[in-house]
Amino acid sequence: MSFPLLTATAALPAIGAIVTAAVPAAQRTAAKWLALFFSLGTLVLAGIVFVRFEPGGDRYQLTESHAWIADFGVRYELGVDGIGVALLALTALLIPFVILAGWHDADPLETKSSRWRPTQGFFALILMVEAMVILSFEATDVFLFYILFEAMLIPMYFLIGGFGDRAHAGTDENAAAQRSYAAVKFLLYNLAGGLIMLAAVIGLYVVAGSFSLSEIAEARANGSLEMASSTERWLFLGFFFAFAVKAPLWPLHTWLPNAMGEATTPVAVLITAVVDKVGTFAMLRFCLQLFPEASKWATPVILVLALISIIYGALLAVGQRDIKRLIAYASISHFGFIVLGIFAMTSQGQSGATLYMVNHGLSTAALMLVAGFLITRRGSRLIADYGGVQKVAPVLAGTFLIGGLATLSLPGLAPFVSEFLVLVGAFSAYPVVGVIATLGIVLAALYVLVLYQRTMTGPVGEKIGGMPDLRVRELAVALPLIAVLIFLGVFPKPLTEVVNPAVQHTMQDVQKKDPQPEVEAAK
Amino acid sequence: MNPVNYLYLAALLFTIGASGVLIRRNAIVVFMCIELMLNACNLTLVAFSRMHGNLDGQIIAFFTMVVAAAEVVVGLAIIVSLFRSRHSASVDDASLMKL
Amino acid sequence: MENLIALLVAAPLLGAAVLLCGGRRLDRAGHWIGTLFAAASFVVGVVLFVDMLGRGADDRTLHQKLFSWIPVEGFQADVAFQLDQLSMTFVLLITGVGTLIHIYSIGYMEHDERRRRFFGYLNLFLAAMLILVIADNYLLLYVGWEGVGLASYLLIGFWQHKPSAATAAKKAFLVNRVGDMGLSIAIMLMFTTFGTFAFGPAFEATGDTSEGKLTAIGLMLLLAACGKSAQVPLQSWLGDAMEGPTPVSALIHAATMVTAGVYLIVRSGAIFNAAPDAQLVVVIVGAVTLLFGAIVGCAKDDIKKALAGSTMSQIGYMILAAGLGPIGYVFAIMHLVTHGFFKAGLFLGAGSVMHGMNDEVDMRKYGGLRKFMPVTFVTFGLGYLAIIGFPGLSGFFSKDMIIEAAFAKGGTEGWILGCVTLLGAAITAFYMTRVMLLTFFGEKRWQPDAEGHEPHPHESPKSMTIPMIVLAFGSVFAGGFFSIGDRFMHWLEPVTGHDHGHAPVSATTVTAATMVVLVIGVAIAWTMYGRKPVPVVAPRGSLLTRAARRDLLQDDFNHVVLVRGGEHLTRSLVYVDHTLVDGVVNGTAASMGGLSGRLRKLQNGYARSYAVSMFGGAAVLIAATLLMRAV
Repeated sequence: MSFPLLTATAALPAIGAIVTAAVPAAQRTAAKWLALFFSLGTLVLAGIVFVRFEPGGDRYQLTESHAWIADFGVRYELGVDGIGVALLALTALLIPFVILAGWHDADPLETKSSRWRPTQGFFALILMVEAMVILSFEATDVFLFYILFEAMLIPMYFLIGGFGDRAHAGTDENAAAQRSYAAVKFLLYNLAGGLIMLAAVIGLYVVAGSFSLSEIAEARANGSLEMASSTERWLFLGFFFAFAVKAPLWPLHTWLPNAMGEATTPVAVLITAVVDKVGTFAMLRFCLQLFPEASKWATPVILVLALISIIYGALLAVGQRDIKRLIAYASISHFGFIVLGIFAMTSQGQSGATLYMVNHGLSTAALMLVAGFLITRRGSRLIADYGGVQKVAPVLAGTFLIGGLATLSLPGLAPFVSEFLVLVGAFSAYPVVGVIATLGIVLAALYVLVLYQRTMTGPVGEKIGGMPDLRVRELAVALPLIAVLIFLGVFPKPLTEVVNPAVQHTMQDVQKKDPQPEVEAAK
Repeated sequence: MNPVNYLYLAALLFTIGASGVLIRRNAIVVFMCIELMLNACNLTLVAFSRMHGNLDGQIIAFFTMVVAAAEVVVGLAIIVSLFRSRHSASVDDASLMKL
Repeated sequence: MENLIALLVAAPLLGAAVLLCGGRRLDRAGHWIGTLFAAASFVVGVVLFVDMLGRGADDRTLHQKLFSWIPVEGFQADVAFQLDQLSMTFVLLITGVGTLIHIYSIGYMEHDERRRRFFGYLNLFLAAMLILVIADNYLLLYVGWEGVGLASYLLIGFWQHKPSAATAAKKAFLVNRVGDMGLSIAIMLMFTTFGTFAFGPAFEATGDTSEGKLTAIGLMLLLAACGKSAQVPLQSWLGDAMEGPTPVSALIHAATMVTAGVYLIVRSGAIFNAAPDAQLVVVIVGAVTLLFGAIVGCAKDDIKKALAGSTMSQIGYMILAAGLGPIGYVFAIMHLVTHGFFKAGLFLGAGSVMHGMNDEVDMRKYGGLRKFMPVTFVTFGLGYLAIIGFPGLSGFFSKDMIIEAAFAKGGTEGWILGCVTLLGAAITAFYMTRVMLLTFFGEKRWQPDAEGHEPHPHESPKSMTIPMIVLAFGSVFAGGFFSIGDRFMHWLEPVTGHDHGHAPVSATTVTAATMVVLVIGVAIAWTMYGRKPVPVVAPRGSLLTRAARRDLLQDDFNHVVLVRGGEHLTRSLVYVDHTLVDGVVNGTAASMGGLSGRLRKLQNGYARSYAVSMFGGAAVLIAATLLMRAV
């Protein structure tokens, strides 16, 4: 038996979480370094997975399979396809930056007793989330995936509710109440989605008699597993609802601005760039693969919801007064693009959607983390409290601008590639949808530039004067992210190579072919 | 003698115990009433055991006694500490469970 | 030789990277580094040009494929360059004028502490603009297209501490994005129609495509061109863009970037030729903008905004010519090149005037400057003569050709277009004479500023005057050089094709008519501004003047409809999101809370009441069991 590489990628951060949590209270710094090393180790393992994965090979590779709860046919089954590999790499890449950016976010306040260990908890929870997210990208057993999908709510709940902005920590009762509201809202929303998914998971087991993704998909494909179309639709809706909450799709989005607004910025990045990706990933892997007919049946409604998300999220972003909530609404708009790409059911759309997940993670991380550095300096999230930062902290402003430009999909930066692919994919299948979605690029420019103008330009604002520029640690977060954004914008081939075959498999699952160009069709 | 009479007696004892639990405020008395109810159950078990001619009921009666003994230990300890803290053995005074 | 093409882009890109990442260490040498990289790109351009001249007319197109950019099933986008005569013309214009403006900026930005960054942005602009003109497919062109938009954004807002500059930059980027939307839809349409968006294959496929699709593509390309080239209805950003430093206005908002729309239409000639309806719209847009810009240019007192109106109008000429099809492509590009010379020269002259006048931009506060700034006066004057079409100078040749081509369109259309272009020429003569008279002639009208500093007009340093002299040289001779023996036409013909059309009037008649309207325009301007003293405070003016001062109310329209409307929309949506979407969720939570609040009352804490409910429950259960048994 070969080395269980996929298990190792999830086990390493999990071990890291336990080790970090066990560090004594006084050794805070050691805990931080340990967490960073474990996350870097995971990155190395993810890199090995990325290299070992053969784009032209089997659909699922590096598979592992062990009996787990034999009575119910639940197995511990792992395997990655191209989409999983891409997201695995994204997660492993982002976590070290999240840890580095949150270096001081969980330092204990002086007022608390010396036995209090928030720092250890903070980093252990982050590593725990990483382990669960990575394993959920690898799980090919529906039940295993469900458990992870739900279990990651627990550490996330504590991360959102337990660690606030340093700016308000301990001083502002109202902020604590807001934070607890946001954490509970996050938990309830996602639990509600998860509950409905649980019903669908059980229903699927009753119908199919197995939890194994590959077995069910195969049985579906060769016709040995018949499913009444009404059953399929109900099961599809059960799964989709949970993923649409997590993704989040309009009108199930309202938990995201609260959660992202109240959480510390590294946690906000964790939510939108990493955890939410599980939702869109699962749409591609479970909804389309298990319920192809129902997916096609629901496509018109989902496309409309995606369009509403794109436009609505962007318009609301324009109207926000809070930097972090603005970025949250921008993310809602971007998730609309991802869902649009998935359900356009064209090769370009789905490849674009997968790239979009990766690129959105990178660009939001860059923008949000730099915004976090800014907020920490001034101690306010309100846009109106800023102005003229560019004059005093040009490097900060510059990295912020690049993050913003990535968010508005400027060509040359990674998000452009994916956004354009999604648009082309949507346009070739549904021209009207494609054209409406294109409006999103104008609105994206509007909210990013308004944000930049109000915070960075103009006369130097109150309490902005002595603001220091980015420090070494902060540069170590911002610059590599920007470098990756530029690299993937200029040369996305390593990623597309991995993703393309997986997308072709999905296209076969749903039995869709790309629309032919008019010129070819005429011949 | 007709074993059914034992069942009538057990029912009577159980009712007396239940009324005691509901009506009396003194924790000790309530506690004793609970014991009464338990013993009424024991009596039923033994009676049925006799009626059906197998030993299951008698064995369960032993279990009940053991549990009852354990309960006495815990219950009395609670009552004593309650009395110490509130200077009263009334069950209505210990109404802290409501929000 | 084709391997050199990438070097064209690489040099300024490297320059931008070095300057922007280099930090303060490079502050002292930054301007030299920037100029060096720009000049390097120009040298590469010249080498390629010489090589191209050495080959036959049909063998002049070079290709270079660097790597496969976005390979996805059914979708291929390459980073590949194509250098033909059309691209070459642009390369030389961009790098040549670009290098001159780098040199000019050394002097102009001397006292700016962020000069290094300014040169970094300029280099970035050159790189993006070069990508735009040498890309061999529309998607890569789009990269350059947005890239120049970014550079323009950064440079307009270069003096970010001024809120007006930051706002103008944002406005320019946003309006351009609306145009970019057109370009991206056009690319998507090409993909679904042709299956490709590379120039060669796409143009070949036009023959097999329905005219409706081609018209749609053409209109979307026009939308893109309108955004970038400041054509009606997306012209409103150009006037505000004058907030940027003057070299930027000269390079980006006069000579190169704003002409990208003309490039796009000429490059897509194969598509437009097969879509006459789209061409008609192009011509209409060009004609409307031509007059619009000219009228706005007549009313502005800000020297740069007057020149911006003029730029708009001149690009209107080019778009109009490009819309005429093969009759006009060559002349559109020729006017573009000559315009690049004289308009850049005029802007540099304006910058030189401002440099000497404490950054005063109101022409009513100039006057009589010819004595103080002789070099500026002469170069500006030559640019002026070129733009109004003084016989023998560049503008004379290129504009005359466009007017002739407009007439040659034939039919009523031809007459209308011809007359519009003639009218435009008259107005051009008027407003440029006005600028000239207000600035360099008459009595001095400047006053001490608020702090009591009286301006001391002086000639600018060598680094600024030399580029002006070079550009003036181009303004004078370029047109003649291109036109003698139809050199320019023969040079571009293999790419754009050419068709003489059937002019209803002879070329001589057109030239004579042009001369007449020119004299009329100049004469009116002289009677209004040359003969009598000019008031320092602008008179109220007629209704048209007042409207023109406000950009013919376009901004007011935008403000009321888009800005105010948009604000109301977003505000109400925020409200809806909070009360309605979130309200449903919070409402559910609140009703749950209320319900459990009621139910909570049942828990009164009395052990005996719990016991009652327990016994009651047991009794009910037993009763139910017995009942079930009985039934």
